[in-house]
Amino acid sequence: MGVDLAAFNPWSALAGGLLIGTAVAMLALVNGRIAGISGIAGGLLHPQAGQWSWRAAFLAGLVGAPLAYSRLAGVPAVRIDASTLQLVLAGLLVGIGTRYGSGCTSGHGVCGVARASPRSIAATIAFMGAGMVTVFVLRHVVQA
Amino acid sequence: MSRAVVRIAAALLAGLVFGSGLIVSGMANPAKVLGFLDVAGNWNPTLAFVMVGALLVAAPALALAGRRSRSYAGADMQLPARGPVDRAVVIGGLVFGVGWGLAGFCPGPAFVAAGAGVGKALVFVAAMGCGMAVVELWRRRPVPGRAVA
Repeated sequence: MGVDLAAFNPWSALAGGLLIGTAVAMLALVNGRIAGISGIAGGLLHPQAGQWSWRAAFLAGLVGAPLAYSRLAGVPAVRIDASTLQLVLAGLLVGIGTRYGSGCTSGHGVCGVARASPRSIAATIAFMGAGMVTVFVLRHVVQA
Repeated sequence: MSRAVVRIAAALLAGLVFGSGLIVSGMANPAKVLGFLDVAGNWNPTLAFVMVGALLVAAPALALAGRRSRSYAGADMQLPARGPVDRAVVIGGLVFGVGWGLAGFCPGPAFVAAGAGVGKALVFVAAMGCGMAVVELWRRRPVPGRAVA
């Protein structure tokens, strides 16, 4: 128990959050669309006329962000402890859950909560709760 | 420049800004996300601060967007209804949450880490695409008495 102060920088966290909020604002005000990553990606799987290119462009920006960012500053390394099998299972569950539940951390957690949408608040409580229980079981029950 | 080009350029830029936000905040790193979900361990509050920062900008912007009938680039507004809670949104959220806790990746950070060339993130994104396709195919399944879309 306790707070991991060594790995926590409130200012970079807030700054990153402001950037994410700015991206949400751009997509809503210029494109009239919600910046929900799972919805944008899932929408590529059932293309409708005129709805493909903006989705592909947004995802290209997301995927290209590390390259663009590396021109300005160093991209911090990522640490993935999960095994390949774990990643495959996790990916399947995230893909199924976000499409069945119509949203993920961005669509429900940021956009939906920002609009005080009851279903998004419920979804956010559900995925955060399930995520916390899963990590608790993995780190404190299975490996204890 | 035509409005269609403006919209595609804006979407590309929004993706870049969104991804940069994930990088700056450390949310593209599953270790930090799992640190937030590990409430019984050495808790890392980063994700909560990222959400507060995002909400500070997103809330007024979406309130403004909600009052418009067309976007500034002339697009129709497709902001999902602030609907009531239903079973799918809760079950979907729970399933997503288990996967999130297993690896520390949700869709946005996974795309960013894949773009950084992290092999394991590519594996996750491929599996996630399969999971999304499963729901897509399931929704298109022929149901007796229902016209096939």
